Amino acid sequence: MQIYLPIAEMPVDVFLILGMGVAVGFISGMFGVGGGFLLTPLLIFVGIPPAVAVATQGPQIAASSTTGALSYWRRKSIDFKLGGVLLVGGFIGTILGVLFFNQMRRIGQLETVITLSYVVLLGSVGTLVSWESLAAVIKAGKVPPRRRTAGRHNWYEGLPFNLRFHRPGLYISVILIGFAGAGLGIGGGFILVPALIYIFRVPAQVVVGTSLFQILFTMLGATVLHAATNHSVDLFLALLLMVGGVFGAQFGARAGAQIRGDYFRVLLGLLILSVAIRFAGDVFTQPKEPFSTTLTETVR
Amino acid sequence: MSARLIATALLVLALIGTAGGARAETLIVSLSRDNILIQSNFTGERLSLFGVIQREGDEKGASAAYDAVVTVRGPRGAVTVRRKEQYGPMWLNLDERKYIAIPAFLAVQSNRSLTSIASASVREDLRIGINAQVPQQIVARGANDPRFREALQRLRIAQGLFRENPEAVRFIAPNVFQAFVDLPGTAPLGDYDVDVMVFANGAMIARGNTKFRVAKTAAEQTLATIAAEHGVWFGMGTSILALLVGWLASVIFRRD
Repeated sequence: MQIYLPIAEMPVDVFLILGMGVAVGFISGMFGVGGGFLLTPLLIFVGIPPAVAVATQGPQIAASSTTGALSYWRRKSIDFKLGGVLLVGGFIGTILGVLFFNQMRRIGQLETVITLSYVVLLGSVGTLVSWESLAAVIKAGKVPPRRRTAGRHNWYEGLPFNLRFHRPGLYISVILIGFAGAGLGIGGGFILVPALIYIFRVPAQVVVGTSLFQILFTMLGATVLHAATNHSVDLFLALLLMVGGVFGAQFGARAGAQIRGDYFRVLLGLLILSVAIRFAGDVFTQPKEPFSTTLTETVR
Repeated sequence: MSARLIATALLVLALIGTAGGARAETLIVSLSRDNILIQSNFTGERLSLFGVIQREGDEKGASAAYDAVVTVRGPRGAVTVRRKEQYGPMWLNLDERKYIAIPAFLAVQSNRSLTSIASASVREDLRIGINAQVPQQIVARGANDPRFREALQRLRIAQGLFRENPEAVRFIAPNVFQAFVDLPGTAPLGDYDVDVMVFANGAMIARGNTKFRVAKTAAEQTLATIAAEHGVWFGMGTSILALLVGWLASVIFRRD
């Protein structure tokens, strides 16, 4: 069944988009990340204009983090004070991200910038997580396997860089994450969660809830800013992704609870890394079709 | 007196001349629809065009078979064509050329191949075919490079936005033809013009025009207008929707 997207101005298959929402929602529920780093490239791959894909990411991540944040709120595991601090940084980053996004789009380098940033960001995080977790799995080979229980032994409990940072460091990272979220269509959960635990020593039980709270409001802000400045938020596309995403996330969260913590981290690391490699292929290999076209203005 | 005689003679000659030419064909074209409204289930549309060639004067003169070329052009816009080049280990968009007045949609349809309808010079003069319709690089930034123009046509053909179809026009009677225009789901919005040319023996003998418009329906257009003109409100509405969907899911899946 096809539906015409009023902003992207093209028809898409409803079930394909719903399916993508479910698949990415499943992974995001499983790993407690937004899933934007998977969904944006998938959307671009099926022909959605990159600008629309990035801008429409906001409401999708907001919807799935609402579900997550509400359940953590019921369990009283959101630190609103920390969340507020993160929010201020996130908003500044978002504004900078949207400005950057619009500027890059104007000079026609948006795709290159998105691609390169994905390679760098996902490549480094993916390598780090895979490397560390593979080493842990090998080391733990002799130890009897433990089952993962809720609230403990999460994938991020065991990442490297166990350093202590000052508050300014926190602000800078949060601004960067907001920037990445708005500019690249990444929620930033996969960076924020390990950063909070390992760099800023936030108690693990409030980290996921607080990060979801922060991502939720940052993404709502990004949605409004994108809608106000580049008018690229597609309501129909967002709705399809949201519906698929929130359902997928529920099943993903249940599946995630069944997997051992260290295998879990290996999976997440490899997933992030494979997306990075896919993008690296675009930049580092000779393209089959070196030409591309962009419509710069239309007279209607 | 003699001047009058000469004038009369000239007039008579002129009349004989036109009668002898016997090429007073007129073309009437009619399109099945002149307004295409895009609804949420829009995936493309087939338009049909009918053309009738009316010949005046010499009815019995057995004229050669007619050929028809129907050119459909969408709204025009500026297009930037970029080329990836090696930069260190990376391939980046480094070179570009700009083209203006490129139709967003272009379909050249005929009853047989364009090369057998008219000679190259006639086709060039009348701008028949995709290649003739795509203007040369105008905004010069770097030397003229025909590869960019070729790439533009190749990419547009691959996207289904440019096409040449020598079988899309069918003569249902010696002087009546029908043409199909298939608009893809990605058809750009705007005004389209349809240029119909009739040929006999390789020369154009009649020409007609019509147009149609592709627009969103009231509901789709309202949404797009709100998104474009009241972006902040549109963003807030979308945000509220996101909160609502997230909240609904948490209610549905609540495990208490």
